[in-house]
Parts: sequence; C-alpha cells; structure tokens
Amino acid sequence: MSQAIVRVEDLHKTYGAAEVLKGVSLEVDEAEVMVIIGPSGTGKSTLLRCINLLTRPDRGRVWVDGEEITAPHADVDRIRERVGMVFQDFNLFNHLTALGNVMVGLTKVKRMPRQEARELALFELQRVGLRDKADLYPSQLSGGQKQRVAIARALGMDPRVMLFDEPTSALDPELIGEVLEVMKKLAREGMTMIVVTHEMGFAREVSNRMVFMEHGVIVEEGPPAQLFYNPQYPRTGAFLGKITELYGRREREEE
Amino acid sequence: MDGLLEFWNMIWPGLGKGIVITLQVSAVALVLGVLAGLPAAIARVYAPRWLRWLAIAYIEAFRGTPLLVQLFIIYYGLPDLARLLEGLGLPSQWLVLENIVAAYIALGLNSGAYQAEYFRGAIQAIGAGQMMAARAMGMTRLQAIVTIVLPQALRLALPAWSNEVAYMVKYSSVIFIIAVPDLMARGQFIISRYYIPMEILLLVGAIYLVMVLGIATLMGQLERRLRIPGLELEVERA
Repeated sequence: MSQAIVRVEDLHKTYGAAEVLKGVSLEVDEAEVMVIIGPSGTGKSTLLRCINLLTRPDRGRVWVDGEEITAPHADVDRIRERVGMVFQDFNLFNHLTALGNVMVGLTKVKRMPRQEARELALFELQRVGLRDKADLYPSQLSGGQKQRVAIARALGMDPRVMLFDEPTSALDPELIGEVLEVMKKLAREGMTMIVVTHEMGFAREVSNRMVFMEHGVIVEEGPPAQLFYNPQYPRTGAFLGKITELYGRREREEE
Repeated sequence: MDGLLEFWNMIWPGLGKGIVITLQVSAVALVLGVLAGLPAAIARVYAPRWLRWLAIAYIEAFRGTPLLVQLFIIYYGLPDLARLLEGLGLPSQWLVLENIVAAYIALGLNSGAYQAEYFRGAIQAIGAGQMMAARAMGMTRLQAIVTIVLPQALRLALPAWSNEVAYMVKYSSVIFIIAVPDLMARGQFIISRYYIPMEILLLVGAIYLVMVLGIATLMGQLERRLRIPGLELEVERA
C-alpha cells in the first residue's frame, strides 16, 4: 500500500491584495513524480515553498512523511531535513566549493563527522556526474553544473521528497538536458518528486501525475496522458497547446 | 651630524612610545568595534523589531555626533553620573575610567557604529536565496547566519573594513585631548618643550602616513589570501 509522503490540505496564501493560493489540496505518494504546470504567477512556487514552510500559509495544513509541519509546535528545522529543495537560480553557497556545498548540511545539520560527510558528499557528486568538479567554486561552474551540485546538495540530506522549483528555467537551452537527465535518473531510482516546470517532455516521460494550476487553484489533475491528449477542461488544453508550441521547437531539435 | 643626533635624542624614545600607544589604542578600539558592530549589523537585518530599533539607535547616535563629544561624555560625563549613583548608595566607581580606557571605549563604540553599517551593507548584498537554501536544508536561522551568510559578508566587507583601520589610526589622535600619551600627544609635548612645531608636525604626520600605508598593504594581502573565486566580483558590484 502506498503512503502519502506529502499531504497538503486547503492551503491559502495572500500577499498584500493578491490571493496567490485559494485553497489547494493535494497528495503525493511514495516514489511518485508529480509535475505542476500553469501560467506564471498562479502560485506554483508559493505552493512548493509552503510544503517546507519557507513560506507560511495563511490557512491550511501540510504533512510531510506523516508529520504535520504546520502544527503549532512542530520542529520545522528537523522536518525540513527530509525535504530536499532545488531552486530556479541554484542558490549554491558561493563561498564553498561544490564539495563544501554538499558537505555543509551533513556536518552542520546532521552533525556527521567530517570524513564521513566528505565521503558521502563525493558519492552524491558522483551521482550527478560531477565528482571531478568537487574542488571548484560555484562561479567556476556552468549553470547546468551548478544545478546538478544543488541537486547533490539536497540528496546528501537523504530526503523523503524532492521539490524542484523551475529547475531549468534559468539555464541556457543547451544545459537543460544534463539537469533533466539527473532528474530522470532520480525518478527511476524511486525518489518522490514534486516538480514545477515548463519542460513538457519531462512531464510526459517521467511524471505519474500532472497538476494544472491557474489563479491559485488546481484546475485539473490526472495522468499526463489525460492532460496532454484528453483534458477535461478547455483551459488545460489551451495552456498545454501554448506551452508546447513555445517549448516544442527545442524539444524537436533535441530528439 | 651632531645636529641630527641631537634632534634624534629630542624625539626618541618619546615618539616611539607614542607609536606603541597609538597602535595599541587603535587595535583595541577596532576589536571593540567589531564586537559592537557585528551584532548591531546582524540585529539590524535579522532581529525582531525592538532589537532592530535598539541597534539603529546605537548606530545613528554614534555616527551622528562628534567623536570628541562622545569621548568627553565617557571620560568627564560618566564620573558625574557616578557621583549621582553614589548618592543613591549604588555601586558607582566602575563608571570612573582611566583615560586610556575611556579612549578604548569611545573609539570602539564610535568605530562599531561605522563598522555596523559596513557589515550591514555586506550582509544585505548576500542574496536572500542563500538564507532560503540554508533554511531549506534544515539549518536554524542562527546556523545559516554563522555558516552561510557571515563568511561571505565578512569577505565583502573587508575592503571597507580596511579603510576603517586606516581611519582609526588617524582619528585616534583626538585622544591626546584627554592626555593619553599617543603619538600626537608625544609630538605636542616635544613641540611645547623645544618649540619646533613645523619639524615635529611634519614628522608626526609622516609617521601616521607610514603606518596607514603599511596597514593598507597588510590588509591587501589579507584580502588576497581570503579571496574566493566569484566573491570578488560582488565586491565590485557592491
């Protein structure tokens, strides 16, 4: 029986006059890959940030791995350890090498001995194919390499779920592929993932479930085949048509 | 040659002792300045509102009033307060300071206010994304500040901080007014004793210049040693 790794119940979030989330609920099961799509400004990133409480929702509850992170006295820092997050603009620690970036969470948060942390960090860099770049600083890496280090950094913490917030949107087109490859590999290995992206190829190929969000609500949710080929709502089809047209040319070039 | 020897005997070892006092007061005041300025900067960026206002009050009070006024209040004003406390039967003698201690504190608190602003600028130049990434992996706010933000911010602040070191060596010369025997005070003493103002003032000025240039060189070396690829670019942008 599958168990929900992430459960979100009736999330609301308002910034000033703008209501960004208007009651969003969803569940993600173990080893599931959920792709969230939708026009910009519809609360996709806010939703992700509410899951590890980087943004505190005005209303609603969130459970991670059975523990409620929104509970009044929840140990938020401890629960966050189990939620890996990958950002659009990488947010690698600029004063640390690739290795240091992966190690710092292990030594400071998990209190792992340095030698052990170093070995695990090298292993994680190996996983994303960057073991040979361990001693380089972020500024010496390409965008794609930075994002792969960021993935390794999150993996090092041994998360139960990985959140990807438009992980390829800041990348030059020729660097997107290497990041998507790493993400596909993770999915194959059974990692639970929630991915906000415009990469429709990835969504079609890898995700088990797609969510189309607009204006702070989930419009449609279902298997990728349904959203792509048999959308229940005209808005879904219209958006997917537009996004596929925008991004499709590059996908065709890649194939 | 005899004249030169005579001149040397006139100024030495007096000026030498003055140099030591000047460097000593500058060093202590700079350290006190870091101890006051860094927490003030952190409070100004991250602390709850009341603490932030306290930090702002400290910074603006010491940046907005003359150093000399601060020095006089600490050296001459605090003993008045001590007499008041004594009248009330409270412990008071700790407020009566030796002149060099008053110099440490006045210069230290003054420098701390300026350093706080250098540190604050550097902390704010570190993008919010760094803090977010650190919190996302389970670091506490304090852990994130200490292990992620400050190592970057202090490097960014180093060039401005180097200037503060040079300022301190020069501005510490005001303490001759409360009779701390620093380089300036020793110079004044020699002038009043032998009445050769121009020679001594030029010499004292030249000694300050050499100290400042030496410090600039040392700080430049420190900056190069601590340099990390990618961070120096942000210095230029900052």
